Amino acid sequence: MIEGIFVEGLIFSLMVLGILISYRILDLADLTCDGSYATGAAVATMCIVNGLGITVGLVLAFLVGILCGMVTSMIHTKLKIPGLLASILTMTMLYSINLRILGNRANVPIQRTVTTLYRIFPNAFPFLSTAFASLLGTLIIVLAVKVVMDLFFRTDLGLAIGALGGNEQVVISQGMNPSSLKLIGLGLSNGLIALSGGMLAQYQGFADANLGQGMVVQGLAAIMLGEFLFSSNRISLITLRAIFGAIIYKALMFFGRRYGYLIGITPNDFKLLTGILVIISLAIAKTRSAASDAGAKKKAILRTQQKGEENA
Amino acid sequence: MLKIEHVTKVFFPGTINEKVALEDINLTVNEGDVVCVIGSNGSGKSTLFNMIAGTFPVTSGTIKLKDRDITHQSEHKRAFEIGRIFQDPTKGTSANMSIQDNLILASKKGMRGLKFSLNSEKKEYFKELLEPIHLENRLEDNVGLLSGGQRQALTLLMATLSHPSLMLLDEHTAALDPVNAATVMDLTKHYIEKDKLTAMMVTHNMQFAIDYGNRLIMMDEGHIIFDIKGEDKKKLTVQTLVEMFRDIRKKEFASDETLLTDD
Repeated sequence: MIEGIFVEGLIFSLMVLGILISYRILDLADLTCDGSYATGAAVATMCIVNGLGITVGLVLAFLVGILCGMVTSMIHTKLKIPGLLASILTMTMLYSINLRILGNRANVPIQRTVTTLYRIFPNAFPFLSTAFASLLGTLIIVLAVKVVMDLFFRTDLGLAIGALGGNEQVVISQGMNPSSLKLIGLGLSNGLIALSGGMLAQYQGFADANLGQGMVVQGLAAIMLGEFLFSSNRISLITLRAIFGAIIYKALMFFGRRYGYLIGITPNDFKLLTGILVIISLAIAKTRSAASDAGAKKKAILRTQQKGEENA
Repeated sequence: MLKIEHVTKVFFPGTINEKVALEDINLTVNEGDVVCVIGSNGSGKSTLFNMIAGTFPVTSGTIKLKDRDITHQSEHKRAFEIGRIFQDPTKGTSANMSIQDNLILASKKGMRGLKFSLNSEKKEYFKELLEPIHLENRLEDNVGLLSGGQRQALTLLMATLSHPSLMLLDEHTAALDPVNAATVMDLTKHYIEKDKLTAMMVTHNMQFAIDYGNRLIMMDEGHIIFDIKGEDKKKLTVQTLVEMFRDIRKKEFASDETLLTDD
């Protein structure tokens, strides 16, 4: 059972990494995710069910996700409407598109006889139980994505995207078009989200047009849970804590499902509780950032004083 | 080098809030010029800078830089040739990134690729660059931890790193305390002299505008009311400036800030 939490958490963490790019790095509230998550699941499922194979399914899911993010970005930058509204538009349109991809059905199961990632893993690691093999396989994929993402944000392009979220003027002053950077950033973000959807569909054995509902808030909750663990401005640690946050979130949901009845909580309450969790996290983060500002100031003053003494 | 011809800017045209911020401005800045721009609030100094940098489009007129028409070029394209520093020290740097990452960002103009530019050689180079502003040992510190003066000094360094054809300094010391303002102004002079930059500088300090640069422009209500160069500029005093203003505009120069600041 405990392995299940980790597998679910790790698959979920890919989506959280996607939301990390839009919400934390680009500083854009992107709701495209609610649509692109299900799009990823739908694309991967249809590819696999129709015999195109797992690799094609996941790569295509990733690419279609990128396209979804780019659509939002285009609406946002070309029409100059707020990113939030642009993403709501894409998300809503995607609902119809997802039903189309699934062949006008709301739900497409993957038959037991069809090969998926989670039927390959036990064969790839025969020395492990099925559950642990799934865990190891998922872990390898997630770590690979994490490392590539860390490297990407250390490149010149990655740095520029990182700077954009904090201060658009800096990027313009360096002769870069912020719209192009947003296009790349939102594309990658939704690519990861769709990839996560494609993996989940294989893990749970079906794709559902409603899969993405409420995903943004869940992702934010995971990011914020992760941020309670430790503070850092290094990208490798930021992505690491997002992954931890995703696993913790899934664990909380698991225990809520299992023991929630003791205090009268049912799975119906989870959306409410997740929302409250995000609000509390935001409130704590506010007071914390005020405190750390004060701390940083103290440190800076101390340093200048020391320097002054050294010079004297 | 910079040629502004018949530039007019009207904000909110056709509405009750219509405001003519610039009216038929003509100005030629030659290579090597250091132009101080003074004028009271709302006289059009910042709008003029915004027109040159491309933040907003002009209503009519043309702007040429190095004989190229840049009137309809977007702000990020113009940034290849124009470096700009704002009054707000937070605008020129990225607070959530380290000093070295900010410098990497500033080392090149235009779109980036998937290269890792930061290496030990670059770090040594950055350390050298940072020595004049005493930040050589803080390469990995977040820019958000720096004081306003330090951030503005870093912005100055970043803007000059790519040797822009024209520097626009928009009251870049006005948000700093007097000591930091003086330091940043000294650095500004240092970089302008070292790189032989062409610069336009908005300042509130009349005495400074008289002492520094080879040209002085005064603006009022969207017009350039005078443009004083060379020998004439050397003879200026605050008193004669105020009198000239009264003679031309038939009103008192009303900006306590400008008159009272002297250091």
